[in-house]
Amino acid sequence: MAGFDKVVSSYEEAMAGLTDNMTIIAGGFGLCGIPENLIKEIKRKGTKGITLVTNNCGIDDFGLGILLPDRQIKKIVASYVGDNAEFERQMMAEELEVVLTPQGTLAEKMRAGGAGIPAFYTATGVGTPVAEGKDVRTFNDREYILEEAITGDFAIVKAWKADRYGNLVFRKTARNFNPMAATAGKITVVEVEEIVEPGELDPDQIHTPGIYVNRLIQGTFEKRIEHRTVRKA
Amino acid sequence: MALSREQLAQRVAQELQDGYYVNLGIGIPTLVANYIPEDIEVMLQSENGLLGMGLFPTEEEIDADLINAGKQTVTMATGASLFDSASSFAMIRGGHVDLTVLGAFEVDVNGNIASYMIPGKLIKGMGGAMDLVAGADNIIVTMTHASKHGVSKLLSNCTLPLTGKGCIKKVLTDLAFIEIKDGKFYLLERAPGVSVEEIIKLTEGELIVSDNVPEMQF
Repeated sequence: MAGFDKVVSSYEEAMAGLTDNMTIIAGGFGLCGIPENLIKEIKRKGTKGITLVTNNCGIDDFGLGILLPDRQIKKIVASYVGDNAEFERQMMAEELEVVLTPQGTLAEKMRAGGAGIPAFYTATGVGTPVAEGKDVRTFNDREYILEEAITGDFAIVKAWKADRYGNLVFRKTARNFNPMAATAGKITVVEVEEIVEPGELDPDQIHTPGIYVNRLIQGTFEKRIEHRTVRKA
Repeated sequence: MALSREQLAQRVAQELQDGYYVNLGIGIPTLVANYIPEDIEVMLQSENGLLGMGLFPTEEEIDADLINAGKQTVTMATGASLFDSASSFAMIRGGHVDLTVLGAFEVDVNGNIASYMIPGKLIKGMGGAMDLVAGADNIIVTMTHASKHGVSKLLSNCTLPLTGKGCIKKVLTDLAFIEIKDGKFYLLERAPGVSVEEIIKLTEGELIVSDNVPEMQF
C-alpha cells in the first residue's frame, strides 16, 4: 500500500487493532446508513467492554443490536434506544450503562471532537436530567450547559462511494451521523458500496475529505428497512 | 366530542403559514403533513437530514437510504436538500425552523414539557426532542388532555423528567387549544361539543377562561 491509498483487502484488516475496552463511534440513524459489515466484524472478533457512541443501537438481530447477546457493549451514549428488546432488558438489569444524550448534542459532540474543540455550550437540556452535574453559564440572558466533545479509538462509517484516497460521498439520509463520526475516530474505518480511482469524484461534490479516513473497504449491503411505509401508486 | 387524531392534525395545520419550514414529531404531528392547505407552500424538516420531505413512496420508489426521523421510508419534495446530523441540528438549535410540532406526556403552567421518559416504565430516549424544544420559538404540543383514568396532563408542575424548561407556549389537546403565559394556562378554543366545565375539570394547572370561549372550526 502506498501513499494515500486507504483501501484494505478484508474486514479483518479493516478492524485490526480493535481491542477490549475501547470507544467506538458509529455512524447511522436507525438502520439507515449503518456500517453493517464492520459491525458484523466486531461481533466476529468478540471484542468486549466496548463504549459505543451512536444515535441508536440497531434492532435485536441487525445493526449494532447484534453486539448485545454476547454482552460486548459496556456503555452506550445514544439519543434513542427504543425498538430493541434485548437492549431494554440489559439496561433495566443495569448490565449496560446508558447515557441518554440529545440527538443534536450528540452530533455536535462528535463534530467538536473531530474539530479539536473540547467542549461547547448549548441550551439543549437546560433544566432537564441531561444538565445534571454540568456547568451552567448565562449568555444574553439565557442559560446554557457545557457539553464535552467525544472522540473514539475507532470510528466506523458507511458511505456510498469513495475514491481510493478515502474521499467520501454519502447518499440521501444515509449521511446522518457518518460525516461527524468520520472526523472523530483515532482510526476511522469506512465501508462503501463502490470504490473508484482518484480523480473520478468531482472534488466539489465530496462530503468528507480523505484526510479523515484511515481504512477503506468495499462491501455488499443488506440495507434493511425498519419501517416500510408506502402509498398507493 | 374529543378531537380525533386526524382532527388534531387538521387544527395544527391551520397554524401553518406560507413559506414556513416545519419540523413534525413522531405520531400525531406526522399526520399534519396530510392537511397542509393547498394554497400555501410549506417545507418539512426531518432531523435525520432532510429538508423538503415528500410523501410516502410507492412500492417502486422505496429507497432504504431515504427515511424520516421516525425511520419510515419517505420521498423528497421538489426543492429538497440533504445534510448531515450536525447541520440539521444547527438549523434547529439556531432557531431557523419556523414551527415545531411534537407530542408530550405532560406540560405545565411554566411552559415545561415532559415527553421522553417514564422512570421504571418507558425509557426510549429523547431523540431530537430536547434540541427541538430548546431551539424553536414557535412550538405546538399535541397531546391528550388527560389520561384514560381522567388524570390531567396539564399541570401546575410536571412530575416526569423534563424534556425542556420554560419553552412551551401553545398546547393543542383533544379537548382544547391552550396558550401558556405568565405561569398560567389560557383557554383559547374548545373542541366542538366539549364544555368549558369539562376542560376545567381535567386541567390541574391554573386555567384562565374568558366569558366566551369559541369552538374550534374545521
